[in-house]
Amino acid sequence: MLKRLAEVLRGMGHRIIDRIWRLGSGARFFLYTLIYSGESFRRIHLTIREIYFTGVMSLLIILVSAFFVGMVLALQGYNTLQKYGSSEAIGVLVALSLVRELGPVVTALLFAGRAGTAITAEIGLMKTTEQLSAMEMMAVSPIARVVAPRFWAGVVSMPLLAALFSMVGVLGGYIVAVPVIGVDNGAFWSQMQANVDFQADIVNGVIKSVVFGVACTMIALFEGFDAPPTAEGVSRATTRTVVNSSLAVLGLDFILTSFMIVT
Amino acid sequence: MERTTMDLWVGIFAVAGAAALFGLALKVGNLTSSSVGETYTVTAAFENIGGLKPRAPVKSAGVVVGRVDNIQFDSKTFEANVTLKVDKRYPFPKDTFANIYTAGLLGEQYVGLEAGGDEQSLKDGDKISHTQDAVVLEKMISQFLYNKASESGDSKKAE
Repeated sequence: MLKRLAEVLRGMGHRIIDRIWRLGSGARFFLYTLIYSGESFRRIHLTIREIYFTGVMSLLIILVSAFFVGMVLALQGYNTLQKYGSSEAIGVLVALSLVRELGPVVTALLFAGRAGTAITAEIGLMKTTEQLSAMEMMAVSPIARVVAPRFWAGVVSMPLLAALFSMVGVLGGYIVAVPVIGVDNGAFWSQMQANVDFQADIVNGVIKSVVFGVACTMIALFEGFDAPPTAEGVSRATTRTVVNSSLAVLGLDFILTSFMIVT
Repeated sequence: MERTTMDLWVGIFAVAGAAALFGLALKVGNLTSSSVGETYTVTAAFENIGGLKPRAPVKSAGVVVGRVDNIQFDSKTFEANVTLKVDKRYPFPKDTFANIYTAGLLGEQYVGLEAGGDEQSLKDGDKISHTQDAVVLEKMISQFLYNKASESGDSKKAE
């Protein structure tokens, strides 16, 4: 009985220490990425290539989901707002929820699924097929050559994608609210402009998306870099990327929001 | 370095993202209306500002003419010093009234300016001396109840 208990405790302790170990090596990895960034900027075409694969290729899913999110928000909002006779406020509802929360958060979640998994799988496979070791043999730092361009591509792409998400979402809301439901066009935009603040809402949304960009890309890169060099290891790392990025995004969102709302 | 179609796509992506941000700032946000350009600052002291917040609108005749910049408590007079930024295009006379109103029954509070009849206009850094506090609902209700009670007391005496 005691032996079983000790075993369970030992297992728990082992797992916790393992997590802390990984966190520490993740932080060291992040630091190395920043240090080697300068080197990777000298070959900027690598970063541009990665922006193409992470940012441009994610455009379609981001824009389509943004459009539908905006339309659904307008429909749902109208349903409740018209009970209180203030269906014009639908523009404010759609714009604020998109710019403050849904834009950065949903973009980050989709980004983790669309681009994060690709990054993890690619780097994991590079490690499995010993391409990374080959680079080291040729005195090319894999962090400067492979990791840093992907990192900066993610950090640059995320705010752009989030801004596009919010804008297209507002357009989706507009299409449902004004031509379909028949809310007054002027009231829709003017109430939105009166209540959405540039500093407090839009800039804070951009700050959020930059933070999410750093978190999502870093998690994806580290999971790929740290993956056991087997087929199973890479598949597990890919799963962990999605799970960890989503949790990190939602947790960070709460922390950032509580900083931003309390002024 | 030769140019590739990939560069073109990345360029389009960057331009679209920047345009979306710009569109958000101008069409969705209040960048156009908040940065009205030149403003002048006037202060007003209120005994009670209710729920007035910084960045609340300053309206005159229902038109937004400025914003509340800053609210501070003056520990000498025990009043709230409210700093208002008013658009330079709208000069107001020196004896302008500053009132705190509520938009609708439960809406946000704003500062209403009612122009007086003075020849001279308010300058940067001036103080508005005529102010009216925010209406506090609890105070009004208690006053109303108090009046009712004293009324009924009077009518009993008269009997």
